[in-house]
Amino acid sequence: MDPIIILQAGVATGTVLLFATIGEIFAERAGVLNLGVEGMMLMGAMSAFSVANSTGNAWLGVLVGMLVAGLLSQLHAFIVIQLQADQVVSGLALTFVGTGLSLVLGEGLSKAGAGALLPRFSLPGLAAIPFLGPIFFTNQSVMVYLGYLLAPAAWYYIYHTRPGMNLRAIGEYPAAADSMGVNIYRLRYFYVFVGGMLAGLAGATISLAVSPGWFSELTTGGQGWIAVGLVIFAQWNPLRAMFGAYAFGALRRLILDIQGPALLFGASNIFKTHQSLTYFLEMLPYAFTVIILVIGSREAVRNRLGAPAALGVPYVRGERGR
Amino acid sequence: MIEPSSVIQMRGIVKRFPGVLASDHVDFELRRGEIHALLGENGAGKSTLMNILAGLYRADEGTIVVHDKPVNFSSPRQAIQAGIGMIHQHFMLVPSQSVTENILLGLDHPRFRLRLAENERRVAELGEQFGLKVDPKAKIWQLSVGEQQRVEILKMLYRGADILILDEPTAVLGPAETEQLFKTLRGMTTQGKSIIFISHKLNEVMAIADRVTVMRRGKVTAADVSTKSTSTAELARLMVGREVLFRVQKQPQTPGPVVLAIEDLTATNDRGLPALQKLNLQVHAGEIVGLAGVAGNGQRELAEVATGLRRAASGRILLNGENLTNQPVRRAIARGLAHVPEDRNRVGSSPNLSLTDNMIMKQYLQSPIGRGWQLDAGEAAAFAQRLKQSYEISAPSVETQARLLSGGNLQRLILAREITAQPKAMIAMQPTQGLDVGAVEVVHRLLLEQRQQGVAILLISEELDELLSLSDRVAVIYEGAIVGEVTDGDIEKIGQLMTGSV
Repeated sequence: MDPIIILQAGVATGTVLLFATIGEIFAERAGVLNLGVEGMMLMGAMSAFSVANSTGNAWLGVLVGMLVAGLLSQLHAFIVIQLQADQVVSGLALTFVGTGLSLVLGEGLSKAGAGALLPRFSLPGLAAIPFLGPIFFTNQSVMVYLGYLLAPAAWYYIYHTRPGMNLRAIGEYPAAADSMGVNIYRLRYFYVFVGGMLAGLAGATISLAVSPGWFSELTTGGQGWIAVGLVIFAQWNPLRAMFGAYAFGALRRLILDIQGPALLFGASNIFKTHQSLTYFLEMLPYAFTVIILVIGSREAVRNRLGAPAALGVPYVRGERGR
Repeated sequence: MIEPSSVIQMRGIVKRFPGVLASDHVDFELRRGEIHALLGENGAGKSTLMNILAGLYRADEGTIVVHDKPVNFSSPRQAIQAGIGMIHQHFMLVPSQSVTENILLGLDHPRFRLRLAENERRVAELGEQFGLKVDPKAKIWQLSVGEQQRVEILKMLYRGADILILDEPTAVLGPAETEQLFKTLRGMTTQGKSIIFISHKLNEVMAIADRVTVMRRGKVTAADVSTKSTSTAELARLMVGREVLFRVQKQPQTPGPVVLAIEDLTATNDRGLPALQKLNLQVHAGEIVGLAGVAGNGQRELAEVATGLRRAASGRILLNGENLTNQPVRRAIARGLAHVPEDRNRVGSSPNLSLTDNMIMKQYLQSPIGRGWQLDAGEAAAFAQRLKQSYEISAPSVETQARLLSGGNLQRLILAREITAQPKAMIAMQPTQGLDVGAVEVVHRLLLEQRQQGVAILLISEELDELLSLSDRVAVIYEGAIVGEVTDGDIEKIGQLMTGSV
């Protein structure tokens, strides 16, 4: 139970959550709730692992994983943007489709063992910083470093660029953006696609870096749902998402590691003696997610947190009588 | 053929909507540097015509020439590129974004980085130039309605619009803000901008416009009318097609016994603060009692408590002696209490239901429309058809959704429903708000007819003229209590009571 190791591993697992959360932030900022993150992550993880294994090129795996998840997201986009169906129902269905499809297509992959993986390395110089160096910059996957760049970049894009401003507008008050010639439909498709690609990246990060391999639905183990909750926790802000993702990642690792030592705070470790208690611990991140989702679904709370006002509302042009 | 000073020429514009000819071979001309009022009742086709000019709708027939070039817009963007900007009644602003961000929304520049500081300065300069002062850093939700309107105008000016269309811009403004807007508009014309001002308020048109085009039922009834050589009465006649009675004809009548009695009524508002404080009021049969007051002094809460929509903390509401306090709404309806709510779009009607469904809302439990647990669709449609005819509700059919009705027609529908239920008492809140002259006249006539029938009417309104011309007595509400009563139409006394200065 070394705190440095827990935090170091927390950042690595948290990177998975970070990619998925930022992806969902893009989709929700555009006004589209996509509850299919879990399904898209599984498709991403499976196809990335499969391609990396058969071609021996992990980067090609990442690319394919992102594209496959991105394509899957377009099914949701078509249903909710074009056909204006309920976003919650369609998102749930997408998770079922993604999960089922990845299990069928990934059959046999679980015996395949890890092949080509993404590189991991330490950053010279930065790794020498006391405390922070070992946690953030030592022996981490390339994906972890990508996460450090992606979150601030996404933040800058949303708040300080013109396309980011348009993105916020179409999630807040699409009619205003439409009246000024912003193409709502095209942009919503685009940001749902971005969300799907990032969910795919999250999946590929699991199967090619953080815990390599294909373990059917246990590969993601519900992390897609945690990401959906983290979006609310992060108040649709990629920088806050960084904090939340790493904290949840560290929590997951802590729950694993706490079962190791014989003594905990000087007393006998009940999580070692009573293995069944660990199930309770393992439940905690999901229980947190459920609580965040429930609290976050209240109108007053949403307004205070700054939820996009048009989130979940299909846009229909020029109807009289609002 | 085209006059040199003309910036817009619309010729023979036709626009059909399902069941309605919204624009019937309309001609319209705008000259450089003028304020041109487009006057007409709600549903006369003013907004349709201007939406065509602004690129929101496409005309079925006709030609449009802007700055001597024929145009055919398929989107607002193209209209803006041609220099035409429309400011709609409902503002198209993103509440969570800043003034500058809203102005930049949808533009091709800046290319990627927002460069907010630089653009904020440009917005401030533009505001300075046209007398549209607003803080470029402020978020939209922090601004007053008047300021938001300035942002909308700035948005168009920033895009280089030199022709501005304002759709009933004063509907949301107070008197001071209206005066400010007029000053700004006049200033803009001296800088070469041309303005189209859509309105149904005669006084405003006389005050601000140089020329007027009057529309009625999709047609132009008068073009090129100079405000210098016309009068309010003349414009009103052109607008509604006959002389409008600005003075309501009211038969003298002796009120009967007390029908609606409100005793020591106390209630709280949505935030739990006291809204009504021991309010006492009586309305007799065949009497209209006007309730005057500055908005927010408990009028809404009174209407809601009296009709059973809000709980009373203490006190009683009696209808013909029967206690209706905190009783279900259905009981009040059964006893003959009619309600014309303030919000006709969401409380007075159900926008997505048909005319029929909206009309039978007080009849569906009774024979012949209600048969046990079933509805007789045929009877319901026949009932709706009768009401539609006798109250002259103009709509393609009784199956039309209520939200497609104009304000005046919707209010006719609501009154038709309430009156057909043969009420003993009626509570009407702001029944003519936002209606045009013709529709106001209809509502007034219907209310007076009900008074004639012996209905006790409580009329809550912010229009003093309306209260004075319709009411037998005017009671004044101030901070949740009745502070006085005026029977001789002493408007000064009412004003003092309303402001609590007596």
